[in-house]
Amino acid sequence: MSGTYLGMPAFPVAAREAVGNETLRANLRHATHTIRDKRAKAVAELADWDRLREAGKRIKDHTLRHLDRYLVQLEESVTAAGGVVHWAADAAEANHIVTELVKATGEREVVKVKSMATQEIGLNEALEAEGIAAYETDLAELIVQLGEDRPSHILVPAIHRNRGEIRDIFRDRMASWGRAAPDGLSDTPGELAEAARLHLREKFLRAKVGVSGANFMVAETGTLVVFESEGNGRMCLTLPETLISVVGVEKVVPGWRDLEVFLQTLPRSSTAERMNPYTSMWTGTHDTDGPSTFHLVLLDNGRTAALADEVGRQALRCIRCSACLNVCPVYERAGGHAYGSVYPGPIGAILSPQLRGTESEIDASLPYASSLCGACYEVCPVAIDIPEVLVHLRERVADRGGKGHRLEKAAMKAAGWVLDHPRVMAAGERAASRTRRLHPSKPPGAGAWTDARDLPELPAEPFRDWWRKNRANDIEDGGA
Amino acid sequence: MSGTERDGQSRDGGGASVGSRERILARIRTAVADAPEAPGPVRDYLDTHTPDDRTVDLLAENLADYRALVHRTDTPELPALIGRLLADRGARTLLVPPALPADWLTGTPEGLTRIADDPAITAGELDAVDSVVTGCALAIAETGTLILDAAPDQGRRRITLIPDHHICVVRVPDQVVASVPRAMDRLDPTRALTWISGPSATSDIELDRVEGVHGPRTLEVILLTE
Repeated sequence: MSGTYLGMPAFPVAAREAVGNETLRANLRHATHTIRDKRAKAVAELADWDRLREAGKRIKDHTLRHLDRYLVQLEESVTAAGGVVHWAADAAEANHIVTELVKATGEREVVKVKSMATQEIGLNEALEAEGIAAYETDLAELIVQLGEDRPSHILVPAIHRNRGEIRDIFRDRMASWGRAAPDGLSDTPGELAEAARLHLREKFLRAKVGVSGANFMVAETGTLVVFESEGNGRMCLTLPETLISVVGVEKVVPGWRDLEVFLQTLPRSSTAERMNPYTSMWTGTHDTDGPSTFHLVLLDNGRTAALADEVGRQALRCIRCSACLNVCPVYERAGGHAYGSVYPGPIGAILSPQLRGTESEIDASLPYASSLCGACYEVCPVAIDIPEVLVHLRERVADRGGKGHRLEKAAMKAAGWVLDHPRVMAAGERAASRTRRLHPSKPPGAGAWTDARDLPELPAEPFRDWWRKNRANDIEDGGA
Repeated sequence: MSGTERDGQSRDGGGASVGSRERILARIRTAVADAPEAPGPVRDYLDTHTPDDRTVDLLAENLADYRALVHRTDTPELPALIGRLLADRGARTLLVPPALPADWLTGTPEGLTRIADDPAITAGELDAVDSVVTGCALAIAETGTLILDAAPDQGRRRITLIPDHHICVVRVPDQVVASVPRAMDRLDPTRALTWISGPSATSDIELDRVEGVHGPRTLEVILLTE
C-alpha cells in the first residue's frame, strides 16, 4: 500500500498517542455517535434488512468463488461498450499504467473522485513524482490534502477535524492550491461547503482527465457505479475527456439486478440516508455525453492473497460503507490514524494485514486492535464476521512466533502439562494458597494488557480442598 | 477483445508487468480451487415496502425530507408553474434539453434566454447558465430518488449538474415506482444513468448532512398529473 504508512509504529503505540489527544477524541465521539443513531433509524425502515444483508453476502461470496469468470465477462462487456481494460497485479503496476495514460493525454493535472483503491496504491504521490498534479475533489479529501494530513475514516477521511480546524485549513491553505478561501470565512458547515464549491469549480471546468474508483462493476453489462453526495463525482465522471477508473477486482458483481440489494444497503449503512444524493452509472463511453475515452484498471494488490485464505476471504465482501468504524469502541477512542492504513477501524484491522501481510510491526499488531465485542459484525451490511477473522489472524501472527508469542507458547505448554496431571495441579494450588500474601497484585510482564489488570485474589484454600471437606459427603450420601 | 490491453504485452514500457492479466486470473483460480461452492442469492427480500396507493405521496414526502422543493400540478397548469419558478428565481438563462415538450415552456418569463444542450458548449459557458428544466426516466418513492437516463427530454448529464437550479418534471403516477427493486427492470443499463436524491449535499463536516456543494443547490420537483 501507500508508502505514507511505511514505518508506522504498532497500533498500541499510535493509539496511546491518539487517546491522549482530547480534541481528537471529542471530534470522533461526536461524529460517530451522530451517525450511529441515524444509521439504526435508516435500517429500521426496512423490515427485510436481514434478508437484504444475507443476499448481499451471498452475491459477494458467489462472485468471489467465480471471480475469474466474472472478471473476464466484465472485461468483455466494458470493451464492447467502448472502454479499455488494464490489469494491474500490484500498486506499482497500477500507478505506472495510470501515469502513462495521463502522460499520453499531454495533460499535467487530473481531478479525482474519492477512491479508496487509489489511496491504497498511493496514486497521488506516484503522479506527483512524474510532475502531474492530482486534485482531490471530495470535501473531506480536500481537507486532508490541503492540511497535508492523512485520512482517518473510510467515508469521511477528515472525521478527526472539527469545523474550526477545517476553517483554519481552508483559510491558510486554499490560496496556494488555487482560488483562495473567501474573506471572513466562518466555521459554519454551509460556508465551508460554499468555499469548497468555489475553490474546486475552476478545476472541474478546465479538467481534461478524471480519475475515479468504483463502488460496483457489473460483469453482465459492463456498468460501473459510483455513489457520492456532493456532485464532485459527477463532475469528474462527466466533464473530462478522459476517465480512468482504478478498481479492486473484488468490486465486480455478476448481474444488473444484484445492484438492487446494495443500492438499498450501502447508503443506509454509510451516511444513514435512504439514498445518497448522487449515484452515477456508466457503461463504457456514451457518444457525446461525458468522456470520449474510458480506461478501467483492474487492481489485485494483495486481494488474491486474501482470497486464498478460507477464513479471511470474507473481508473481500466489504463494500466500504464504514458502519463498522462508527460503532467500534476502539476506533472511537484511538482514531483512524493509529491503524496505519487507508483502511482504519475493524475492517482495516482485518483487511490491511491480509493485503500487506503480517511482517511489519503495524500489520502484526492490527488483529489485536479490537476488544472482540462484535458490534462491527452486527452492523455489517454484508455480514463479515470481523471478530472471527481477527482471531484467525491472531493465530497467524502467533504461529509465526516473535518474542511475546514464544513466551506465551512456553507458558501454555507448561499449563497444559499441569492441567493434565491432577496431583501436580492440587499441589500447586495448595502452595499458591499458602503463599498468597506474597503474590503481586498485577500479573507479571510489561505488556499493555497486564498494566491495566489486577490478578484475582487467591482464596485461603483451594476450592477442591474446601469441597472435599464441606460438600463431598452430601453427594456420597445420595444428596443428589 | 481488441480494445483490451494485455499489460506488459501490448503496452510500451511495461517492464516488469508481463502478463498481469493471466497472472491475476491464475492466482484467483489457485486461491478458490478448494473453496466450497457458493450459491447465489435467494431473492426473498421484499419487492416493495409500500402500498401501491401510497407511492406518489411517499415520493413527495421523501423528496421534501432531503430538501428538494416539491410542487404538484396538472398538464394545463404546468407552463405557468414552470414560468413562476423561473421568475421567482430571477433566472435569465435556461438550458433546454433537445426534446423537452415545447408546451412546457410556453409560460416562461419575458427576456429569458434559452440555450440548447449542445456538445460544443464548454463547461465554462454552462457555468454561466442559471437554470435547467428536464423530464426524468423514473422516480423511486421509498428513497425519494429521481433517475435521469440522458434521454432527449433530459439531455446530456452535465446540463443537470453545472447550473445551480434544476427543475425536474415527474409524470405521476406513470413514472413513479415504489422501490429500488421495482426500478431495476425499467432501466436500461446501457444508458448513462444518474440517480438524484435531493440537492447536492455533504456529510463531511462532523458527519452531519449539509445541503449544497457542487451539484445544483436548488432542486425543484414538479409532480405532474396528466
